[in-house]
Amino acid sequence: MKRSTNIPMLVLVVVLMAFPLWKIQKPAPGPDGKEVEIFKGADDQAKDLIGTIAPGYKPWFKPIMEPPSDEVGSLLFALQAAMGAGFIGYYLGSAMTRAKLRREQETKC
Amino acid sequence: MHIMEGFLPVKHAIGWSVASAPFVAYGLRSVNKRIKEKPEQRMLLGVATAFTFVLSALKMPSVTGSCSHPTGTGLGAILFGPAAMAPIGAVVLMFQALLLAHGGLTTLGANIFSMAIVGPFACAGIYRLGRSVKLPFGVSLFLAAAVGDLLTYVTTSVQLALAFPDPVGGFVASFAKFATVFAVTQIPLAISEGLLTVVVFNALARFNPQELKDMNVITGKEVQV
Repeated sequence: MKRSTNIPMLVLVVVLMAFPLWKIQKPAPGPDGKEVEIFKGADDQAKDLIGTIAPGYKPWFKPIMEPPSDEVGSLLFALQAAMGAGFIGYYLGSAMTRAKLRREQETKC
Repeated sequence: MHIMEGFLPVKHAIGWSVASAPFVAYGLRSVNKRIKEKPEQRMLLGVATAFTFVLSALKMPSVTGSCSHPTGTGLGAILFGPAAMAPIGAVVLMFQALLLAHGGLTTLGANIFSMAIVGPFACAGIYRLGRSVKLPFGVSLFLAAAVGDLLTYVTTSVQLALAFPDPVGGFVASFAKFATVFAVTQIPLAISEGLLTVVVFNALARFNPQELKDMNVITGKEVQV
């Protein structure tokens, strides 16, 4: 794999995300005047779907701890991503330096 | 693919937990053994875990007008074998279930089964298939990660359809509904996951060719230093 293919691949990922944002328009509010939500989480939609297929179903267990608000929830999600990205960055950074030092050593010998 | 806390009937919750447990136990044993034999791979195992953490936190918009997230289990499945991803996926899902109320403890077994077992095993299988029919390395990796991602969501749809069959159309009708929510939304995200997996793998292979060669993940040919 050539290194130069990485950039187009990353661009494609951005396009894949941007396209739906640009293409999908919020539909007009329904007859009840309620705003239609778009880009809801698929997990939530599945939950709603369970409600229509089995209206009698009651969840039998509640989450032990729930983020008190969406803001706190997004904080935790950001933290999750940041920890992961931080680790990958650290690893690649040290691997890069190691490879560079090794190359320098080889040219010296 | 996170089935929410309490949203699987008791029997199903127990059933999927029982199904997932041996995979997690076996995976944990194989990871421990590997780290004991080759402690230098510990960091790379961390990278595989971190990749799953990042990708499963990224909720991306999709063409269906809803949001979902990739799984990030493909990278580790190729690096360490699919079994290793069961405990890693379990850690990520546990984090989300306990702190984020995303997924849940009662649905942990089912969620592990889809994200940390079916996805990685499908990924490893497709990768092997791709390589055996002489597809280029990057293409095999892309297809493996993308299809593994997609099959995770198909599995979730199957799990929900089994638990909540449609009163009229039964399992099939219910599966069609859940698959529309999950699997169709997932198609562009699966492509993204495939691409991101290849990008990160390229970076790993570029700076650690020897390590990956020692792990028999790559032969000399794939790497151009």
